[in-house]
Amino acid sequence: MEIKLTTGSSLEIEESNYKFDARVPDGPLEKRWKNKKDQLELIAPPNRRNFRVIVVGTGLAGASAAATLGQLGYRVTVFCYQDSPRRAHSIAAQGGINAAKNYQNDNDSTWRLFYETIKGGDYRARESNVYRLAELSVNIIDQAVAQGVPFARDYAGYLDNRSFGGVRVARTFYAKGQTGQQLLLGAYQALMRQVDKGNVTIYPRHEMLDVVLIDGKARGVVVRDLVTGEIKSFAAEAVILATGGYSNVYYLSTNAKGSNATAIWRAHKKGAAFANPCFTQIHPTCIPPSGEYQSKLTLMSESLRNDGRIWVPKKKGDKRNPKEIPENERDYYLERIYPAYGNLVPRDIASRAAKRMCDAGYGVGPNGIGVYLDFSDAIKRLGKEVIEARYGNLFDMYEKITGDSPWEVPMKIYPAPHYTMGGLWVDYHLMSTIPGLFVIGEANFSDHGANRLGASALMQCLADGYFIIPNTIADYLAPMLTEKKVDTDHPEFKKSIENVKSTIDRLLSTKGKYSVDHYHRTLGKIMWDKCGMSRNAKGLSEAIEEIKGLREEYWNEVKVPGDNNELNQSLEKAMRVADFMELAELMCIDALAREESCGGHFREEFATPEGEALRNDEKFSFVSCWFWNGEVGKWAFAKEDLVFEFVKPTVRSYK
Amino acid sequence: MKLKLKIWRQKNSSSPGQFVDYTVDNISPDMSFLEMLDVLNERLIEEGKDPVAFDHDCREGICGTCGMMINGVAHGPLPGTTTCQLHMRHFKDGDTIVIEPFRADTFPVIKDLIVNRNAFDRIIKAGGYISVNTGSAPEANSTRVAKSIADTAFEAAACIGCGACVAQCPNASASLFVAAKIAHLNILPHGQPERRQRTIQMINQMIEEGFGSCSNFRECEAVCPKEISVDFIAFLNKEFIKSIWK
Repeated sequence: MEIKLTTGSSLEIEESNYKFDARVPDGPLEKRWKNKKDQLELIAPPNRRNFRVIVVGTGLAGASAAATLGQLGYRVTVFCYQDSPRRAHSIAAQGGINAAKNYQNDNDSTWRLFYETIKGGDYRARESNVYRLAELSVNIIDQAVAQGVPFARDYAGYLDNRSFGGVRVARTFYAKGQTGQQLLLGAYQALMRQVDKGNVTIYPRHEMLDVVLIDGKARGVVVRDLVTGEIKSFAAEAVILATGGYSNVYYLSTNAKGSNATAIWRAHKKGAAFANPCFTQIHPTCIPPSGEYQSKLTLMSESLRNDGRIWVPKKKGDKRNPKEIPENERDYYLERIYPAYGNLVPRDIASRAAKRMCDAGYGVGPNGIGVYLDFSDAIKRLGKEVIEARYGNLFDMYEKITGDSPWEVPMKIYPAPHYTMGGLWVDYHLMSTIPGLFVIGEANFSDHGANRLGASALMQCLADGYFIIPNTIADYLAPMLTEKKVDTDHPEFKKSIENVKSTIDRLLSTKGKYSVDHYHRTLGKIMWDKCGMSRNAKGLSEAIEEIKGLREEYWNEVKVPGDNNELNQSLEKAMRVADFMELAELMCIDALAREESCGGHFREEFATPEGEALRNDEKFSFVSCWFWNGEVGKWAFAKEDLVFEFVKPTVRSYK
Repeated sequence: MKLKLKIWRQKNSSSPGQFVDYTVDNISPDMSFLEMLDVLNERLIEEGKDPVAFDHDCREGICGTCGMMINGVAHGPLPGTTTCQLHMRHFKDGDTIVIEPFRADTFPVIKDLIVNRNAFDRIIKAGGYISVNTGSAPEANSTRVAKSIADTAFEAAACIGCGACVAQCPNASASLFVAAKIAHLNILPHGQPERRQRTIQMINQMIEEGFGSCSNFRECEAVCPKEISVDFIAFLNKEFIKSIWK
């Protein structure tokens, strides 16, 4: 197919005839996972130690998978770039984790969690995967509580819940504003228990730089020891990537500074299809940037929208102190436009509404980039004590960063890149298009369609890691029991090491003018302006050309000080940014090819008269999958059609 | 703002280190402390010099990666705050700021301001968990936990493992870190079966790593970014005595 750019040139995209077999079982939706499990191959306990499994990443997905596989008796090797597995970015998740426990008796059910997740994702996810996620949600809570995760409780000692965007029940379990940290500590402690038992070996401060394929199967990884610079290789019978998302392509995002796409991108370049790269989530409640030096953006939990009311002044450019703006001169625009869900509309809807208000001149703060999130009504209604208990630590965090107290003045918030629904394509077994390469958590594309609902990321990571991968990986490994094991003497390992070394040498020898951060910031600005909250053909076309130019300049002008044989943070960043520069181009191409608006992907050309997303199910009810074709810019395209047997895609209304 | 910085530079764990003076200009009061160091590093890179290595990741005060001694205080002058959440509005134009890595034998310097805190992982590995296999957990609400117990467990569990407590303690004691984890798990009903063995194993590992003992200076509590109370150390001591005497 040909994609025309508004700049005059066009992209020739090869259409691949790859036939995706998602290995989804048939039968009634609620029996599918059970039926699948009954059919999966097993490996007898004494035989499991014959299998080596590599896990890259120690967030909720990676840590829970590694702990469980260790417990089952596999020989597990784990890598993370952080100094300790406990620091992976899952730790920063604040608000909570969903589970269809129906503890509040508000008529919640597995079906409702499934339905709301499919609808929230704007009907761009696989029904069977999402149903399984909803089903497993209840087991996650049981597991976490047994590990000692200190979830909030009511005065009778039972678990407490709150509500999140896009739903009308209270099914979110939470531990103040630290749900991610507490769940990760649970998984990390389970992991360290397996280290103690000798089932798992951990290599912290090691970054994966390549996946090694032998006879088309993933058989190991090449990593760099971030302290000594040594390039090492490890062989295994299967590799699991749990390396998170790629929001840092925008430079400014809510992700940790180290979060990167290198592992999934190198796997993509070895043959793993990349699915829906343009599906990114811009989170509505973040602290607005304050200057050019800004290094990252801080999220304020979505849970704040349970009690906070979002508004802007009715008069454009109203610079009055918010306290002096009387009630009838305020526009509580979410409550006005979406009365059924009000301030708890899903993230994509809330973000775009904030952007529309600010673009139209109603924004607040020094640059007009912000809307108010106001707690004064809630403080009046519930008292300071209740609000303190619910959000105290979030209020403190806001005050530390901005110097303003939310007890005195409303918070100012603005959307920021937060999560990527896109990722490596996986089947129902969570295996990529490379046999033996599994992808779990945010790194895969599987469950959230075009928009993720709040408190569902933690749920997906732990469902994948604790309950799905331990079953499906056995099915892959079982037939390999009597096969000869590979080791790192194999020429494919040597070749991969050489490739990694040559990339490092090239970056270190360029000795150009500007720092890696300079290029990363420039890339981020292109992506935010042209492939961010709203996109159009003109902007995307320009972005594609600009990224190509920037990438060329990068490889000729970047300055990476130091050498390889030491701890070299500039070199680490240089490799990550080189990968972001390629991924960014694919995101823009995908966004240009998807001529519809759905979830977080909003094409200005495809909107209702009220400015809401206009989906095109007839033409775009599929997963866009991209195969690396030897060089950047030359991807091959294939589709996995989405079939809806149980829900009927409708207009996604929250009014 | 214009500031003078005295920063500890050390090439690697086997080389000696020294303080090097730098000046930074045009620092906005809204910058975070790490953003101020970013500005310095960007300039050093463009001048062809080696940037200052420091650990950092989430930059929102929760991952526990960042940490340095700022004018002799772990994480700097603001109570209850990690280095990444410290903003330049807490300094004055013309200030001299002395920046060093966390100092403890158990936290060897890797480079500049980066130290190795893996001793903490080894203490957790020794018993800082509740042994429950995936799949064997009972229904979550089958055990009730009094709200006060759950809240106290949470207060202890809020530890981010940054190591400021060790860095500030004259004895380089890890008592607050160990106490927080033991309290978190030992007061919950789910943690009871392993209570005694957890306490002994974690304390033994702490001693084996070479962390000092607690002599009630309470410096740990003063610098803890999560404001974890030394009351937990009292709890730890009680748990230890109960564990050895059964």
